[in-house]
Amino acid sequence: MDLLLWGVMPYVAVTLLIAGLVWRARYDRFGLTTHSSQLHESRLLRVGSPLFHFGMAFVVLGHVVGLLVPDSWTDAVGVSDHAYHLLAVSTGAVAGLAAAVGVGILVYRRLRVPAVRKVTLRSDHVMYAVLLGAMLLGLVATALNSSGVVDYNYREGVSVWFRGLFALQPDYHLMGAAPLAFKLHVVLGFALFALIPFSRLAHIVSAPFKYLFRPYVVYRRRDPRQLANREPKRGWERAS
Amino acid sequence: MRVMAQVAMVMNLDKCIGCHTCSVTCKQAWTNRKGTEYVWFNNVETLPGQGYPRRWEDQERWRGGWERTRSGRLRLRAGGRLRRLGRLFANPELPELSDYYQPWTYEYKNLTDAPAGDDMPVARPVSQTTGEPIGTIEWGPNWDDNLGGAPEHATKDPLVEKVRDEVGEKIRFEFEQSFMFYLPRICEHCLNPACVSSCPSGAMYKRVEDGIVLVDQDQCRGWRMCVTGCPYKKVYFNHATGKAEKCTFCFPRVEAGMPTICSETCVGRMRYLGVMLYDADKVTEAALVADEQDLYPAQLECFLDPHDPAVAAAARASGITEEWLDAARRSPVYDLIRTYQIALPLHPEYRTLPMVWYVPPLSPVVEAVAAAGRDGEDAGNLFGAIDALRIPVEYLAELLTAGDTYAVDAVLRRMAAMRAHMRRVNLGQERDGSIAAAVGLTGQEMEDMFRLLAIAKYEDRYVIPTAARADADALADTHPLEEGCPVTQDAYQVTQGGCPVSSPEGPGEPVLLNLAPTRRSA
Ligand code: HEM
Ligand code: SF4
Ligand code: SF4
Repeated sequence: MDLLLWGVMPYVAVTLLIAGLVWRARYDRFGLTTHSSQLHESRLLRVGSPLFHFGMAFVVLGHVVGLLVPDSWTDAVGVSDHAYHLLAVSTGAVAGLAAAVGVGILVYRRLRVPAVRKVTLRSDHVMYAVLLGAMLLGLVATALNSSGVVDYNYREGVSVWFRGLFALQPDYHLMGAAPLAFKLHVVLGFALFALIPFSRLAHIVSAPFKYLFRPYVVYRRRDPRQLANREPKRGWERAS
Repeated sequence: MRVMAQVAMVMNLDKCIGCHTCSVTCKQAWTNRKGTEYVWFNNVETLPGQGYPRRWEDQERWRGGWERTRSGRLRLRAGGRLRRLGRLFANPELPELSDYYQPWTYEYKNLTDAPAGDDMPVARPVSQTTGEPIGTIEWGPNWDDNLGGAPEHATKDPLVEKVRDEVGEKIRFEFEQSFMFYLPRICEHCLNPACVSSCPSGAMYKRVEDGIVLVDQDQCRGWRMCVTGCPYKKVYFNHATGKAEKCTFCFPRVEAGMPTICSETCVGRMRYLGVMLYDADKVTEAALVADEQDLYPAQLECFLDPHDPAVAAAARASGITEEWLDAARRSPVYDLIRTYQIALPLHPEYRTLPMVWYVPPLSPVVEAVAAAGRDGEDAGNLFGAIDALRIPVEYLAELLTAGDTYAVDAVLRRMAAMRAHMRRVNLGQERDGSIAAAVGLTGQEMEDMFRLLAIAKYEDRYVIPTAARADADALADTHPLEEGCPVTQDAYQVTQGGCPVSSPEGPGEPVLLNLAPTRRSA
């Protein structure tokens, strides 16, 4: 069981993520979009969405640091465990709270604004359920831990296991020994990864940073293949 | 000199009768789908009025187009690149559906399906986005058509406010004291498009061959920045697909040498289509001139004279074919913009260098003269009235020349002179060369201009070269008429292999459909 959950599941999720993205890039570029609903409702979105996204950016950053940086490194530069946790919990709390309030507004908007409710996709329900679950369990795990109800140092457990994933040698017993809240959080986290290609979260991978480097006006020639001898493409184009 | 070609449009506002045929046919062709219920690639506004979306000209609010920074650089009015990326999560300058209008339909089914009863069944209005009944419809795509509700709505026209603030004159909306004209609007297919420049994904582009601005539906990711970027609010967000859509200049028709649908179906025959050659190296410079009122002359400077052998040589060097050069020489659009200089760009102060230009309406002036019991076709009366009727001229200047009344005045005088000149011709009187000379044209030019504006033959209005001939041939090759024939047989007596043949004498060739129609005459 531990092997399946902590040795196999992460790879399945990542495979789904990659295969899903390749599939969409090849056959369903038309479906790749944010599905912005700002046309229907702007006031709530203008508060909720930036709060959520900027909060989320720091949460993601926090995860990267927390999971990828071994404690031997922070020890080496002379940051005590106590100081580390103080820093992590304080910045994490601010970012996490912003993201939580933001997502609260977004979900409220999804449910209560009729026009937005109407354009909510089926994949949104799944995505929001997993996202809310992951966020909630993450907050619970952190709260339990920092309030001392459970005594668990994830930097010696979850993090070590997580880094093992990259070496293809995850120590799944480590994860098996983690408290339940951490386990569930990890499962939902990977579920979220797997959902990226199959929900509106796909917009994450098309973050348009190249805008900063291209000339303003884009010119293109007519594609000669658009006029004649074009192979019919698979996917949405043949829907008729 | 880097020569590029652009298919451009001119609309003669004097001849627009406000029938909305262009809007309806365009909608039938392009936006009669889910997600685009509220979208009109072509719409006709009554001016003075708020327009569609409401108050789109208020760039303090919507921040569309470009601005010149203090250091003399060109920047999107909504902010530089980093700032735009920072606003991706929620775009503060995006119109909501209510700024356009809530699209609705009626419960028509009720009328036929309601069970028999004492009461007449009614068709309630229901929202096309939520499906919920709408109590009161409060705004629509042409709510203030023909100045309907003008005392209440038209005072909120941003140009009316501007004329009031800057000139201190109030535009009146009482009956018989106001003026009115129609403004059909489509995408301007700008030389310096702000929409393209706003798109973070690089999904929007301007075509090299004909300057048409399009959205690549496969590359658009729904960041909705182009909607803000376009100062004319002519990029729309399809709320069903989550992608941006805009006027296509009917490129599949234009490629085949046919006019756009809005032009083809224009009842007033007020649209002109043709090729303009321009110098791409001058575009940025023109968009950057310091004084907004210099933008119109600066854009004129970008256009190249296709009769000039040096221009033709440079055009050939950059791959422009003889067919296109020939079309550029016969372009009605070039004549209206450059030769007679009676067409003006819409809101040049947005610095996008728009390519759908307008011949301003003289009719408010003519009507005022006639209403005063004077001869509305006498040059002297008209010239005097143009000076006296300051308000329409101020208003037109805010619309077409960034407030330069002198330029509008010159155009109206040229048109007034044409009326006076042609009346003498029609009445068989002696031609009076001084009328034309007073506005810097010759009598012959007056008559050519009259032919283009008033007679407006189909082949004079539309001079459209096809996409590369090779492309058209390739298209015909890939769709040979092998079997089955779309033409019904009943009308013909002789058929062969399921297809009617062209003549009763023996087995003739199957009737070929003309797959690459070209303009009606050379
Ligand atoms: C760099 C990255 C990102 C950009 C530029 C971005 C941008 C956007 C945009 C433009 C929308 C549409 C908002 C609207 O107009 O309705 C959106 C929605 C959303 N994004 Fe992101 N996003 C990014 C990363 C993320 C990440 C990392 C997550 C999370 C896990 C996320 C989760 C969501 C969700 C859940 C929505 C739906 C909000 C709603 O209910 O309408 N995004 N994002
Ligand atoms: S008018 Fe057309 S080309 Fe110009 S900015 Fe708007 S959408 Fe783009
Ligand atoms: S050119 Fe075509 S798409 Fe554009 S407004 Fe006219 S009919 Fe519509």
